[in-house]
Amino acid sequence: MTAVAQSVQATEHRLPLHRRRKLVNAIALTLSLGAMLFGLVWLIWILFETFYLGLTGLSWQLFTESTPPPNVEGGGLANAIVGSLIMVLLATLVGTPIGVFAGIYLAEYGRTGWLGSVTRFINDILLSAPSIVIGLFIYAVVVAQTRNFSGYAGVLALALIVIPVVIRTTENMLQLIPNALREAAYALGSPKWIVIRSVTLKAARSGVVTGVLLALARIAGETAPLLFTALSNQFFTWNLNEPMANLPVTIFKFAMSPFKNWQEMAWAGVFLITMGVLVLNIAARVIFRRHD
Amino acid sequence: MEVTLKSGATDAVAASGAPERSKMSIRNLQFYYGKYHALKNVNLEIAEKKVTAFIGPSGCGKSTLLRVFNRMFELYPEQRAEGEVMMDGDNLIRSKQDVALIRARIGMVFQKPTPFPMTIYENIAFGVRLFENMTKAQLDERVEWALRKAALWNEVKDKLAQAGTSLSGGQQQRLCIARTIAVKPDVILFDEPCSALDPISTAKIEELIDELKQEYTVAIVTHNMQQAARVSDYTAYMYLGELLEFGETDQIFIKPKKKETEDYITGRFG
Repeated sequence: MTAVAQSVQATEHRLPLHRRRKLVNAIALTLSLGAMLFGLVWLIWILFETFYLGLTGLSWQLFTESTPPPNVEGGGLANAIVGSLIMVLLATLVGTPIGVFAGIYLAEYGRTGWLGSVTRFINDILLSAPSIVIGLFIYAVVVAQTRNFSGYAGVLALALIVIPVVIRTTENMLQLIPNALREAAYALGSPKWIVIRSVTLKAARSGVVTGVLLALARIAGETAPLLFTALSNQFFTWNLNEPMANLPVTIFKFAMSPFKNWQEMAWAGVFLITMGVLVLNIAARVIFRRHD
Repeated sequence: MEVTLKSGATDAVAASGAPERSKMSIRNLQFYYGKYHALKNVNLEIAEKKVTAFIGPSGCGKSTLLRVFNRMFELYPEQRAEGEVMMDGDNLIRSKQDVALIRARIGMVFQKPTPFPMTIYENIAFGVRLFENMTKAQLDERVEWALRKAALWNEVKDKLAQAGTSLSGGQQQRLCIARTIAVKPDVILFDEPCSALDPISTAKIEELIDELKQEYTVAIVTHNMQQAARVSDYTAYMYLGELLEFGETDQIFIKPKKKETEDYITGRFG
């Protein structure tokens, strides 16, 4: 038998199974591509619609004038934009330190032990709690007690959404830091708090910052927690003791109205939030990748 | 100068390698991971300013032993040591001294290079700042001194502000050695310091260990028999948590007293 004939024979008996594998591979690839396309189509559609309808409503007035009364031409979203910015930033400012410290506790002190397990369990529940529940909770314990819808109540509700997200990401990021790095710091004689501050937290910082940015993006579009707390306000205000205008609730209100300019403004608001969240997500990715 | 200082008698002692001053005495040391008895009644002396190597198959307890010396095991609540590790008249295992001060006297270099997430300069300054208040100039001087000792200065002097992680694996390991030296310990423990390095980096680190023993007491765990033979003055062979044989490196490698040691060294077992 020649060498060529030998090699043909050696390949022959492998062919049927090989063909089958190739077929299965092609089917699986087609199915997963199809699934990806299905998901992508809706996402692109949403983005397209947001751009198309949002851009028509976009103007300078949007940023300089407050929301108009019904049947009045002109006006903008200035009060809602500023209200959203203030509440979202304050909520992040309140929620981040609490979340980071709790995350440090879970990852560095409470890995084992009942307090850690209980905290972790409760945090998981809080993480998946519908945001309307959190809104109603703040309504019951703050708004109903003080008989006053206010920006502060809105900040509190949003902070309650930020905290579990930051706790979870901080804990996960710290757990990714190899123990060898901690041991190396201990081996030089550092006390635990210095090991955490200067070594582990520093090594995990890009992940922690990413978590905070993602939490910020999450609350930027939350409507339900603000509906019962900050409510809304037709006028511009810096006063957090009053009801405060914000983008999500304004969009909710305007989109359901019969007035054309309100509807256009709602789409412009949707566009602003979408862009903000998109920018935050991209920033989070860039930060996380640069330090990795 | 050395010749005029040394008497004939000490020369002979040095040449024979007879036990010089003991830096650490380990007596009746037992170690437990939970219920598992990992070190069984270990007794040995670690000579001052000499290199003592620990060899033996994986899981024999050599790294465990090293981690008793600087009380690293205490980080894990289920680990427990009994017995004595005497250094300067103090039993380190039950010392009332803060464990941080013990670790400052007994430095440790680990298997994988572990640069901290900071600049090369800060990697060295980190440990120094824990125990000493220094001016910027003094600290600069100490950083340079440590990097020179670790034979890394020439490679990094122009990029001290770069991240420690930007160095190559071998350089990172020398950075870790520099960081350990910078704190000015008496004893340096090496836990398989070359197992993640290429042969050239390994040779550099071995040279370094040879120089370090002029000023420091060194203990090294290694899987590499040739390395133990090259760098150490004393060798301990451990097996299943027991110290089977301990003696001068030449004796252990040329004519071991026990058959198990010989089998391991010649590769018939392990």
